[in-house]
Amino acid sequence: MTITGIAALGAGMAVIGAAIGIGKIGESAMNAMARQPEIQGKLQTSALILAAFVEAVALFGVVAAIIVK
Amino acid sequence: MCTFARNLEQGIFKLFIMTLNTLRAVLFLVFSVAFTNLGFASQDNEDQDKGFNATEMIMHHVKDAHEFHIVDWDNKPISIALPIILFTDNGLTTFMSSEFHHDDSGTHIVEKNGERFVKYHEKIYQLAPGVNSLTFDEELHPNNATTPLDFSITKNVFMMWVTVILLFIIFISAARKYSKSNNNIPRGVASYVEPLIVFIRDEVAIPMIGEKKYKKYMPFLLTVFFFIWINNIFGLIPILNGANVSGNIAFTLSLALFTFFIVMFSGNKNYWKHIFWMPGVPVPMKIFLMPIEIIGMFVKPFSLTIRLFANITAGHIIILSLMSLIFTFQSVAIAPVSVGFSLFILIIEIVVVAIQAYIFTVLSALYIGMATAEDDHH
Repeated sequence: MTITGIAALGAGMAVIGAAIGIGKIGESAMNAMARQPEIQGKLQTSALILAAFVEAVALFGVVAAIIVK
Repeated sequence: MCTFARNLEQGIFKLFIMTLNTLRAVLFLVFSVAFTNLGFASQDNEDQDKGFNATEMIMHHVKDAHEFHIVDWDNKPISIALPIILFTDNGLTTFMSSEFHHDDSGTHIVEKNGERFVKYHEKIYQLAPGVNSLTFDEELHPNNATTPLDFSITKNVFMMWVTVILLFIIFISAARKYSKSNNNIPRGVASYVEPLIVFIRDEVAIPMIGEKKYKKYMPFLLTVFFFIWINNIFGLIPILNGANVSGNIAFTLSLALFTFFIVMFSGNKNYWKHIFWMPGVPVPMKIFLMPIEIIGMFVKPFSLTIRLFANITAGHIIILSLMSLIFTFQSVAIAPVSVGFSLFILIIEIVVVAIQAYIFTVLSALYIGMATAEDDHH
C-alpha cells in the first residue's frame, strides 16, 4: 500500500470517529429537546458548537491526508 | 392483417427508438451546456485525449491563481488579466498577467527591466541570468530560478475586495436608512440586515461575552461574520469560477490571528492566572497544567484556521470530484447521477457556509468571553 493509500485510510478512520461523535451529540440534543422543548434554542447552539469541535478533529485528519499526498 | 400488425409494431418501435435518441441528444445538450457554464468542461475535454487527471483539475480550481479564468472557448482560455506586483532585488516590477499568455508550464518568458519571469504552477519564478528554461530537481522544484516577493492582486485578493465593496455598500446604505428615519424603524436594506445583526448580538455576543462587555467586541464579531459569510457565498458561484477565498489557509489564518490578538490584549488578570497558575488545585497539578494551558492558547486560533479552511475546501473538492466522475468514466450515463449529487451537495453547502461563518463568530466570542470573564465563582 502506498503512502497516499495509508493517508486516505487514516482520513477515513478520522471521519468514522467524528461521525460517531456527531451522531451522539445529535442523539442527546434531540433527546434533551424532546424532554425540555423550552430550551431548544440554547441546546441547538451548544450542539452546533460541540459538533464543530468534534468535526475539527476529523478535518485535521483530512488536512493531514491532503498534505501527505 | 398480420403484416399490418407487424408494420405497426415496427413503426411504434422505430418511434420509440427515435424518441429515445432525441431524449438522449437533448440530455447531452443540456448537460454539455451546463458544464460549459460551470467553466471547466472544455478544459476537461482537452485533457481527455491524454487521460483526464481529476486531481490536477480539482487542485487547479481550489488553488489561488494569477488570472481570472472564466471559460475555455475553442480550446482558447477566456480570462480576466490581473496585475502582477513583484518585489525583486532591483525593486518593484509590475505587469499584467496577460503577458504570460495563459502559460502555466514555465515556458513563456516575460522580460521586464532586464529581469525574466516565468509562471509555473501558479507561482512566479525569476530566471537566473543566462538561463532560458526551468530545470527541476528530484522533487520537481525548479532549481535554477528564484522566487521574488509576490504581492500580486490574485484571484482571491480580487474577490476579497469585491466582498469588501459589497459589505460597504450594504452596511453604509443600511446605516443611512437609520439616520434618515426618525422612529428607527428599519426600511429597505436595513430590514434585511437588522435581524442578522440582532441575531449576532442576542445569540452570540451577549451569551458568550456577557451583558456588560459585549458592546466593545460587536464590530469585530459582525465584521467577521459577514465577511466570511459573503466570501463563502461567492465561493459557491460557479461562473465566478468559485474563487476559493475562505478555503485559502492564509486567509483563515489571518482572521484567526485577529481573534488571537484580541484575546491576548483583552485577557484580564483572572484569565492569565488560569493559564499560568491555575487556582484551586494542588501545586504539582498547577505546574502540570501550565504547559497544557499555554499550548491550548495557541491551539484555539489554529483550530479556527483549520476548521474554516478544511470545511470550505472540502466542499469545493466534493463538488468538483462528483463532476469529474463523468470525465473519469467517459460516459453520459453517469452525468445525471453526478449532477444530481453535486446539486444535493451544493444545497447542503448553502447551509454549511452560513454555519461555518456562525461557528467562527461563536468560537471567537467564546474565546473572548473566556478571556474577559470576571472571577465570581471562586
